Amino acid sequence: MSYRIETEGDTMTAWLGGELDHHTAAQMREQVDAAVDRLKPHQLRLDFSGISFMDSSGVGLIMGRYRLMNMLGGGLTVTGCSDRVRKMLMLAGLERLNILE
Amino acid sequence: MKPINQMKVVFPSLSSNEAFARSAAAAFVAQLDPAVDELADLRTAVSEAVTNCIVHAYADRIGDITLTVRLYEGGKVSIKIRDRGCGITNISQAMEPLFTTGGEERSGLGFSVMESFTDRLKVTSHPGRGTCVTMEKRVAQKIGRGREEDGSASSAGKGRSKKH
Repeated sequence: MSYRIETEGDTMTAWLGGELDHHTAAQMREQVDAAVDRLKPHQLRLDFSGISFMDSSGVGLIMGRYRLMNMLGGGLTVTGCSDRVRKMLMLAGLERLNILE
Repeated sequence: MKPINQMKVVFPSLSSNEAFARSAAAAFVAQLDPAVDELADLRTAVSEAVTNCIVHAYADRIGDITLTVRLYEGGKVSIKIRDRGCGITNISQAMEPLFTTGGEERSGLGFSVMESFTDRLKVTSHPGRGTCVTMEKRVAQKIGRGREEDGSASSAGKGRSKKH
C-alpha cells in the first residue's frame, strides 16, 4: 500500500494506492487519522484512484472517516473510484451518504 | 461430479495472508480463462471469507485456514474456506447485512459481498470447532463468450493458448 497527503486551503486530500483489504486498511487508517489530527482540515477527500483492489474493508475505512469528520464538524468526500470500487460502495448503500464525487 | 482440477493450501491466519489467499485462488481459476470481472468477483469473495477467519474465527489466536479450489466442466468453480476457530452460534444473524461483532471499522458486509459476488454461498459452522464457507460461481470461459467481449480481451490474451 502507498499513500500521499496533500492540503489545499482547509481541504486535505489523502491519495491511497495499492490493494485495500483488512490488512492494509489498518495502516491506511493510521496514516489518514494521524494527518487529520495534525492538520485539522475542514474537508477530507479520500482519493481512491490508485486502489487496484478493494474488499468490504474499504467500506469500513470510509464509514469510519465519515464518522470522524462528522464528529470534528467537517465533511468527507470520496473521489477516483473505479467501477470495481463503485460496485462495492453501491452494495454498501454508501451513495446515500452523498459523499461520492 | 468429479472436478477436472483442484488445489488446496493451508496457511496461518495472519492478515498479510489475505492478499496471498485471493491471489492464489484467482491464479488457479485463471486457467479456465474467465472474464476479468468474474475473476475480480472471486478475488473479492475469497478476501471476505479469509478476513472473517482472521477477524472472527481466530480473534485471539493464530490458527490454520484451509483454502480449496475445485474446477469443474462447464466453467463451474467451487471455493471452500475452512477454519478450526470459534465457530458461529447464529449463522443467519451473522449473514445479515451490516451485522458485525468486529467493531467500528468493520462494515458487516462480508457475507453480503460473498453472496452477491458468487452464484451460491453455503455456510456450515460448529461453535467451538470451526466454520466452513463454500462458494460456487460459473465463469464464462473465453470460448463460450460473445464476440464483443472476445475482441476486447484479445489484446490482453495474445499469445495464450486456446483450450480445445
